[in-house]
Amino acid sequence: MIEAQGLTKDYGSKRAVDGLTFTVRPGIVTGFLGPNGSGKSTTMRLILGLDAPTRGDVTVNGRHYRDHTAPLHEVGALLEARSVHTGRSAYNHLLALAQTHGIPKRRVTELIDLVGLHEVARKRTGQFSLGMGQRLGIAASLLGDPKTVMLDEPVNGLDPEGIHWVRNLLKGLAAEGRTVFVSSHLMSEMALTADHLIVIGRGKLIADTSVDDFVARASQKVVLVRSPELERLRKALVGPGVSFADAERGALEVHGLTTEQVGDAAADARIALHELTPHQASLEEAFMNLTRDELEFATETEEAAA
Amino acid sequence: MSAIAQPVRIPRLDATGRVAFRRVLLSEFTKLRSVRSTKWSLVVGFLLTIAFPVIFAFVTRSHWHSMSPGDRRGRHPLDIALAGVNVAQLAIAVLGVLLVSAEYSTGSIRSTFTAVPKRLPVLWAKILDYAVVSLVLTVPAVLMSFFASQAILHNIGRLQISFTQAGVARSVVGGAVYVMLVGIFALAIGAIVRNTAGGIATFAAIFFVLPPLMNILPTSWNNAITQYLPSEAGRQLFSLHHAAHSLTPLAGGLLFVAYCAAAVAIAAVLLVRRDV
Repeated sequence: MIEAQGLTKDYGSKRAVDGLTFTVRPGIVTGFLGPNGSGKSTTMRLILGLDAPTRGDVTVNGRHYRDHTAPLHEVGALLEARSVHTGRSAYNHLLALAQTHGIPKRRVTELIDLVGLHEVARKRTGQFSLGMGQRLGIAASLLGDPKTVMLDEPVNGLDPEGIHWVRNLLKGLAAEGRTVFVSSHLMSEMALTADHLIVIGRGKLIADTSVDDFVARASQKVVLVRSPELERLRKALVGPGVSFADAERGALEVHGLTTEQVGDAAADARIALHELTPHQASLEEAFMNLTRDELEFATETEEAAA
Repeated sequence: MSAIAQPVRIPRLDATGRVAFRRVLLSEFTKLRSVRSTKWSLVVGFLLTIAFPVIFAFVTRSHWHSMSPGDRRGRHPLDIALAGVNVAQLAIAVLGVLLVSAEYSTGSIRSTFTAVPKRLPVLWAKILDYAVVSLVLTVPAVLMSFFASQAILHNIGRLQISFTQAGVARSVVGGAVYVMLVGIFALAIGAIVRNTAGGIATFAAIFFVLPPLMNILPTSWNNAITQYLPSEAGRQLFSLHHAAHSLTPLAGGLLFVAYCAAAVAIAAVLLVRRDV
């Protein structure tokens, strides 16, 4: 369980995280979604107490991270930025972490085998590929058998097999009743893995909702319609809040109306319809729609400031 | 390939322990011994401590017959025996800075503080581990260099000195204590500056640039101030004779310890306060 209350972090005059309030619950995979630079990694550092919040508060399993007497058993974290000494072997990196909690050596070898680093465990991590580094980070996060697992962009640099493995790992961890919090800028990945989503943009909370609701909300009132009389149909549908986008030949994408409204309007005008489909937005589109405002706002203010 | 996803099972951990200082001490020792740069700095420090006195002693012996009486008077057996300390301190200082700064440059400090979020035990453990390792290596090194240089100089009566003579044992072991303290001072600087190049430069400025800079001051000021500089105060730990305008070995040693304590205190405060 992770609980953030009005979490805010300023770096100089730049506000990286802006009043975030959310709860990450156990037993499900919660995706933490946002474009690059939206404050995901900063939020995770605040959760781990690596950075101190400017305002607000965040607790993990009921306490500030710093107040846990055995933090590795509470939270296992993979941070996006590299957090391993490049001159040290994977085995010694994990061993040094394990020793702080009196975790036995066999646990270290067990996890090295689990993430498939057995062959390179004694090599200096500076020679590791991005994917190997990610595997090592995942092993480190699971070392203490933690109640909460927090992974920042875990599939970055992994091959398809590795991505598949991580997906199953996350589902397995959640099924065991753990809190699983995973950040990503890849919506497609979240669609396959997450049950719940926390979406941020420019440090602010945009959505805190289930994946299904998130997609449904973004898909609302987008209708694909096909007709031999597209021009007449377009005139019949014109109204406040309605816009059109050209789809493939002979079809039109209508924004701002439901299938019922489009169908009724066509019937009133006696226009034949060959297709009338509610449009199911992908998570990717849903995300783009929701964050577009934030991004446009960003561009405008930057232009205004320039 | 099976299309059905098999959840990955993580083996459970049967016992859970909490963070304890002795565990952090062990963890930091693992870190100390598992990086090449640390090992090399220690080996180089050890070798320099012995090699310089040996070379110095050989050169003195082979030139003794052709040296002027003034030059001969200028040679002191303890200066020869501890000639390596001044050189070794640089290798040790680099190590001290690296012990902390490398954690920041590689990012491993984030892993470290995630495991030990109270942070301060990490600093104490680093200092204690390093201090013990340093003494275990440098005490034998200075003893070896003392007896080796004395053996090389055995046929020069004026350069023979007994280990049991007043102040000799203290000076020899003092050389090892000085090197240990220099490492602790450098470690604190590494924790304050958090950058390898900056840390080494800061150390060099305090130990190698500041003392000669004092010579631009009027002599009376120079004499009054210089003895209180960290390097000068610390040097008294391994000086046999108490020179004019210098502190006694005890006062100098204590002042140097105080400098180290102050640097460590600043490092501790910043370590807890700053973002990582």
